[in-house]
Amino acid sequence: MIQFTEVFKRYASGKEAIKRLNLNVEQGAMVFVTGRSGAGKTTLLRLIALIERHTRGQIIVNSQNLERVKGNRIPLFRRNIGFMFQDHRLLNDRTVFDNVALPMVVAGYSYQETRKRVHAALDKVGLLTVEKSYPPSLSGGAQQRVGIARAVVHHPALLLADEPTGNLDPALSWESMKLFEQFNQVGVTVLIASHDLEMIRKLKKPIITLKTGKLLTVNTGVDPDE
Amino acid sequence: MNTKRKAGNGPQGISRSIRIWMTQHARAFISSIGNLFKNPIGNIFSTTVIGVALALPAGFYLLLDNAEEVIKSWEGNIQIAVYLQSNASDERAMVLKNELSNLNTIESITLITKEQALEEYKILSGFAEALDSLEENPLPSMLLIQPKIDTFAGQEGEDLLNQLGAIPEVESAQLDRQWVKRLIVILNILERAAIVLATLLSVAVLLIVGNTIRLSIINKRTEIEINKLFGATNAFIQRPFLYTGLIFGLCGSLISWFLLLISTLIMQEPINQLATLYNSDFSLQGLKFSEILILLISGGTLGLIGSWVAVGRHLKDMEPQ
Repeated sequence: MIQFTEVFKRYASGKEAIKRLNLNVEQGAMVFVTGRSGAGKTTLLRLIALIERHTRGQIIVNSQNLERVKGNRIPLFRRNIGFMFQDHRLLNDRTVFDNVALPMVVAGYSYQETRKRVHAALDKVGLLTVEKSYPPSLSGGAQQRVGIARAVVHHPALLLADEPTGNLDPALSWESMKLFEQFNQVGVTVLIASHDLEMIRKLKKPIITLKTGKLLTVNTGVDPDE
Repeated sequence: MNTKRKAGNGPQGISRSIRIWMTQHARAFISSIGNLFKNPIGNIFSTTVIGVALALPAGFYLLLDNAEEVIKSWEGNIQIAVYLQSNASDERAMVLKNELSNLNTIESITLITKEQALEEYKILSGFAEALDSLEENPLPSMLLIQPKIDTFAGQEGEDLLNQLGAIPEVESAQLDRQWVKRLIVILNILERAAIVLATLLSVAVLLIVGNTIRLSIINKRTEIEINKLFGATNAFIQRPFLYTGLIFGLCGSLISWFLLLISTLIMQEPINQLATLYNSDFSLQGLKFSEILILLISGGTLGLIGSWVAVGRHLKDMEPQ
């Protein structure tokens, strides 16, 4: 699903955020990316979503060579991806329903289809009752789950999450992770950037560790004792 | 690796894409209307400014239009009075009249014989008895010439006057109401001024719309970025702003029409009074249907161009952060 071959990312300032990175994420996998802040986790996600372009090497996402995805093809490419952020990035002047519906509206689905999918997504995260509320009236955990619903409502093939549990207490974080796991079980490839090692180890999934833009280790997630 | 999930790419097919296109436009339209209502005071303010800016040239045009209407009714009365030498006979005047009728610059000619002139003078002056005592009629024959209206304002009118003056029997040829001619020239100047004014104020409308749209783009930065992140095309992002510009222009046009309507109503009564004093049935004309249409189209186009420029300048570099 995601394949990095000798990838470099150098910013205009001269800072190299990614250095000679090789990695491979299989279709249907759930993988964590970890490392200290500044290790290049966020840059990695931004390169995959074509928010930024890599400077050297080859990135293949969903069988598409990203170098060949030109400006006007980017929107279509992104419709196969769902995004999650630490700061939720919800629109505070829109209802929960409208926020979750955004990826559907952007892709031009009919209202009926949109409503069906939005309700399904909200039901999945347990927020069907607050669809008419505005995000600021919700707790941090609920806002987080609105973000999750928005990220999966359009049935993306790939889910990218940048520190999705950063602001949540351990119990809520665990709940969110379990949600991601459920999506993964129905076939969505999930890539989560997180520094919460203690928790992600419990999920027994592959963990990619970055250090100053380089691949440090790939942990298969399978405990050697088992 | 190779299995691409279609669902993420959105609905497929041609008839579906037409439906999507229409849905997207309807959504953009509704969302731009919704956005206008989110900031009602500011938008009413902007629209009114646009309305006033459009009303000025439109009102100027209306004024000129009415002035031309008035002048047209005067032009029917414009005559060249040709006084013949007092020794020229009525018969000679008759011959001259027939000759001149062939000129294509002349609409019609009326001959006033010495007799007729005298009769008229008697009635008008009240010196009937005194005039009766005169042995000879001292008044000359006279030709009243009605020039063709389209030749009147230009050089041809001047030429005609010189041509008539050059005839030996003619004592003098005078253009009645020389000042009307000057007024027409003044109106021509004002017409140019109206075009200049309209151009300047169109630029003002472009700037007002452009700036309003620019501010709303900046206000919606987060929304635009999230939309782009989830695969919105540039067209999708632009549409609501273009609709907003169009709506600004159209509403501005409607307001300017409304302002003109009120102005016309306010002016109507004193103008009617003036017309009565001049024995005229003139009444102030408002905008005709076709002119209202032109006003709406110009306003809408200006709004659209203004927002187009703003969108082109500010949306391009707005990529998700």
